[in-house]
Amino acid sequence: MLNKEDVRYIASLARIRVTEDELEGFTKNLENIISYVDQLNELDVEKVEPTSHVLHLRNVYRPDLVKPSLSQQDALKFAVDSYQGSFKVPRVIE
Amino acid sequence: MSLYTLTAHALLDKIKSGQISAADVVAAFRKRIADVDGKVKALVRLGPDAGRDNGGSGLFPIPIAIKDNMCIRDVETTCCSKILKGFRPPYNATVIEKIIEQGGVILGQANMDEFAFGSSCETSCYGPTYNPWDLKRVPGGSSGGSAASVAADEVVWALGSDTGGSIRQPAAFCGIVGLKPTYGRVSRYGLVAFASSLDQIGPLTKDVHDCALLMNIISGYDRRDSTSVDVPVPDYTASLIKDVKGLRIGIPKECFIEGLNPEVEASVRAAIEVLKKLGALVVEISLPHTKYAVATYYILATAEASSNLARFDGVRHGLRAQPTTSRKAPIVDMFEETRNQGFGAEAKRRIMLGTYSLSSGYYDAYYLKGQKARTLIKNDFDKAFESVDIIVTPTAPTTAFKVGEKISDPLSMYLSDIYTIPANLAGLPAMSLPCGFDQNGLPIGLQMVAKPFAEETIFRAAYTYEQNTTWHTKKPVLN
Repeated sequence: MLNKEDVRYIASLARIRVTEDELEGFTKNLENIISYVDQLNELDVEKVEPTSHVLHLRNVYRPDLVKPSLSQQDALKFAVDSYQGSFKVPRVIE
Repeated sequence: MSLYTLTAHALLDKIKSGQISAADVVAAFRKRIADVDGKVKALVRLGPDAGRDNGGSGLFPIPIAIKDNMCIRDVETTCCSKILKGFRPPYNATVIEKIIEQGGVILGQANMDEFAFGSSCETSCYGPTYNPWDLKRVPGGSSGGSAASVAADEVVWALGSDTGGSIRQPAAFCGIVGLKPTYGRVSRYGLVAFASSLDQIGPLTKDVHDCALLMNIISGYDRRDSTSVDVPVPDYTASLIKDVKGLRIGIPKECFIEGLNPEVEASVRAAIEVLKKLGALVVEISLPHTKYAVATYYILATAEASSNLARFDGVRHGLRAQPTTSRKAPIVDMFEETRNQGFGAEAKRRIMLGTYSLSSGYYDAYYLKGQKARTLIKNDFDKAFESVDIIVTPTAPTTAFKVGEKISDPLSMYLSDIYTIPANLAGLPAMSLPCGFDQNGLPIGLQMVAKPFAEETIFRAAYTYEQNTTWHTKKPVLN
């Protein structure tokens, strides 16, 4: 069972601010969905290998050649804020 | 006959024979958009007309709509989310490059559920798109704007993306053809990622022939997408053969279940009869883990989404909210406030669900179990395809539902993807094509699923069915 405190904690992990008004609705929604997906408990998957990806790719390499790429100027052209060639952000340390 | 009602192949014939020019075509569709998009609201932005400079010079000077999650250089691309408002990508998606190379004319960017999270196009920050067959109903989703723009004859064809049915379900609801190609067939470079192990870009078109043409344009290996697969691209139009004699068609017994609308069931069964009469061998098969597909999908897709959407934090592009509290470090406050203001309710729900199933203590019970269930679902298909060439099911359990009907009940919305999700989990190509109408005049879709990279089998079966029926020739009345 999921309670409001759990949802508040999940929201903080996800860096999402949830208002008190929203909390009840989200708790109910998530609880419903989680009880639905709990039907997977019917399956015996002990000996089953997980599938993360249907192609079973591993470490796709490309030739180590220098090729043109996005310029710093283009990357920053529509930045919300930039300073001397970098993205600028609010203060990180309190 | 108005030009805007024609398919790409019919328009190309007329252009080639000199009856019309590429400019006539573009003008006809521009006018059509001006006439009907006020009602349908399929397009969130007109232009950018990226192909105009070479429109007419390429082989396919065809008006197209692009789902608003594929990057077009210097043109706002938002996934219909407030958090990306103002984002103008500094590069083109590979599919956009390919469309432009062929002379394609991008007439608009199509509405979608925010970040493709939805099955109705109602979670878009621009508001809903309406179904051209009944403006009180949804066009399906998440590529609802792409499907509605084609069905309303605003464009000739469109690109969408499909993570759990987002091309096929709206194609079914809007009475057109939609194909989710094999995972790895079409480059996703420049597609804003939702669930990277499931997403594919694909065409939405007025008939099967056009679908083959658009697949010829967009398919192929791309070194910039490490999940694209380096296998040769056939000429898909070579598979437009009116012959299904000897084709082995599997009908999963699990697909005729409670919750399937009787009119949809009747149309799908009638379509199977048509294929049988044309010489296909129809056999019942079993995909025993089908009932776990939706649960598996909502664990895996939301986990991947929570990770993919972590990048939207106000640091680089799009929305940045001002810090509101002094209780936290200003940057953390900015992250939380940006994501609070920027994401809609469904995006928040899915990010939180995904965060939960990946979090310490729940990973084994949810995420890992979901990956194992995915193996079982994929194994079901591998086994089925030992004895059949193609699997036929309904595309969606119902026809288009009313705007507002399911938006407050996320789980019932999720269940509308029950038939489409398994093909994503198994990485298989799957098409929806029109197979009838219900008593309200709403279109019904038939789904055909094939083995990986066997799109040609789908084209052959779908073309044969289409050429022996008239459903694809019907048009909604919008004037």
